[in-house]
Amino acid sequence: MNKPEKVTLFIQCLVDTVFPETGAAMVTVLESLGLKLDCPANQTCCGQPAFNAGHTREARAAAVKFLDIFEDAEIIVCPSGSCVNMVRDHYLDLFADDPKMLVRAQAVSRKIYEFTEFLVDVLGVESVGARFPHKVTYHASCHLNRFLGIDRQPRTLLAHIDDMTLVEMKGADTCCGFGGTFAVKYSEISGAVLAEKVKNIVDSGAEVVTGCDMGCLMNIQGMLSRKNIPIEVKHIAQLLAEK
Amino acid sequence: MSTIAPEKYKENASKNIADPVLQKALSGLQERLGPATENLYNSLPEGHKMRTEAHQFRRKAIDNLDVLLSTLVDKVRGHGGIVHFAKTAEEAVEICKKIALDNDVKTVVKGKSMVTEEVGLNLALEKEGIEVYETDLGEYILQLSGEAPTHIVAPAIHKTRREVAELFTEKLGTPYTEDPPILTRYARKALREKFLKADMGISGCNLACAETGHIVTVSNEGNIRMSTTLPKIHVAFMGMERIVANLEEQQSILRLMSMGAAAQEIGGYVSYVGGPAEVDHGDGPQEFHLIIIDNGRSKILADPEFREMLCCIRCGACLNVCPVYGKIGGQAYGSPYCGPVGAVVTPLLFGINNSADLCAGETLCGACKQACPLEINLPRMLLALRSKLSEGDPDWDVQPKSKGENLIFASWQRFNSNRKVYDLLLGLMRVLQHLLPAKQGMISRLPWPLSGWTANRNMKKLAPKTFMQQWREKKEKKGS
Repeated sequence: MNKPEKVTLFIQCLVDTVFPETGAAMVTVLESLGLKLDCPANQTCCGQPAFNAGHTREARAAAVKFLDIFEDAEIIVCPSGSCVNMVRDHYLDLFADDPKMLVRAQAVSRKIYEFTEFLVDVLGVESVGARFPHKVTYHASCHLNRFLGIDRQPRTLLAHIDDMTLVEMKGADTCCGFGGTFAVKYSEISGAVLAEKVKNIVDSGAEVVTGCDMGCLMNIQGMLSRKNIPIEVKHIAQLLAEK
Repeated sequence: MSTIAPEKYKENASKNIADPVLQKALSGLQERLGPATENLYNSLPEGHKMRTEAHQFRRKAIDNLDVLLSTLVDKVRGHGGIVHFAKTAEEAVEICKKIALDNDVKTVVKGKSMVTEEVGLNLALEKEGIEVYETDLGEYILQLSGEAPTHIVAPAIHKTRREVAELFTEKLGTPYTEDPPILTRYARKALREKFLKADMGISGCNLACAETGHIVTVSNEGNIRMSTTLPKIHVAFMGMERIVANLEEQQSILRLMSMGAAAQEIGGYVSYVGGPAEVDHGDGPQEFHLIIIDNGRSKILADPEFREMLCCIRCGACLNVCPVYGKIGGQAYGSPYCGPVGAVVTPLLFGINNSADLCAGETLCGACKQACPLEINLPRMLLALRSKLSEGDPDWDVQPKSKGENLIFASWQRFNSNRKVYDLLLGLMRVLQHLLPAKQGMISRLPWPLSGWTANRNMKKLAPKTFMQQWREKKEKKGS
């Protein structure tokens, strides 16, 4: 694929409302690569929390809104594997019985990319000239890694950050226990799964844990903070924006 | 022994999370079997396509179940076997009970079988005064201790050797030892006595082959084979979906099943049973009965959304990688079928509403699908079940589960569909969050319905400005 003229940003709701610095870092990285950006300001949540909890009607309404906003984009880039999985794959499930909407969903499905996937697979970029002199461990989010098959891309980008030491935690691709509303409804089970993830992060000796999804990172941050463990969470875009 | 009580999911999970012995056993099991199975998949001589093809074989069998079953039945009858069809669990139990009573059966030995757990066979036979002995070592231990299994394939992994030692001393009267080989010998001796006096052997069926008319059982102790050959009557219980067309397909699935179940290229004992002993072939029982059980499977077959579930061969590979199962263990599911497979099968067989926690209590991480030898899409079916629970479905007798949750999502949808309302609400929440206890920008206690989150973790506060607001301001600055 040729380098796109203009990239339309799809900002995960968590990034929009809780972690805007992640969005800003993504903007920094993309602009440093000479891309023109556009960000529809009326966007909201893609509907994934509703979909995962079984509320397909509400999820479908969110999907319709998303398609209305984004279908004219040339290419859509999002800093969350989970949201891309929703739009790329589950929108097709939501409209499986609605041929007209399905065609629209398919068109958008083909032009949405997760941030690291976009950098490596579309732009062919492996290094953005970032420097981050810290010990970092990478959490491979489930939707990103298993459902989208994106793992090589973020790891390639991380490997090219100057002065950074990447340490592999045990079970990097094991779920952190987030699972959307699961974390709230089954907090004890979620907490038990998360405690193991946090232990593996601590055992890795890293100062920072990174990943491509603020959902997982927010979950991990929540327990690190509760246990007063001084390890920071940073989205991969934040590391790539460091000079 | 299993009882069906999926509504106690949270309660049982909580108990099991607090059990350090179980936690150690579960993580030991997952660390051993999960990666070992994956390694076998990665070194398949046929490559990954073998799994895709095996899924197709199963799917084809399920799509042609009527034809395959009728072929199997003809073949088994041709071999001199007797075939019964049971629509329900009760019918299956009645058929078996009648065979036992007609033949004045006093003692039954059983090979490990999930479907007999599903229909509640042991209890029914015991009520008739028949002694029933599980002969799988793990199942035997649990039968002695009166506990439910922790794992489909490795039911007693939660028992320490000390517990087994104490149990054997108490129940078998053997001298106390914690040495596993000696303990195994004690069990073997006790079981051999049962084998020799048993007048009926009962087994399940891992996978039948329509073409040849054989059922196949796979094990590593050899006790299933002994249960099916020593007693004068063999009764095999078979879920009606456990069939493939021919030997080639059967062989490929049995190999994958062994990889998924025990990280083996193939199980230690693969036994083909087609009928009773014959005049020129003296091995085997004098009577062979095959009970083919529906018990809700036709309903699954009829629903395109869930038909894929009938492809499952109950190897338990999904248990060995599931992060949730790895914490809560098998008993939490309150069903003979536990783990990710249980989370889908239990609602479909025993009612979606009373298994609601099983449908919703997973992270949808997808590890199960990746570990399944047949790549069955369990996350997809969990989502379908959740959708039925939130919206109701008369076909499956599902009542909408939670009006409160429906209301929350309906209002969520309203503000999510309008950015202005969305921003207003965010503004309100930004003010209200200052009322919550917090330290360094991290909230330590959230109100209902989010209180579960802060039971064991903090939550970062909403940012003073959304990204969208920052973006707008940046644009305005540039523009001016």
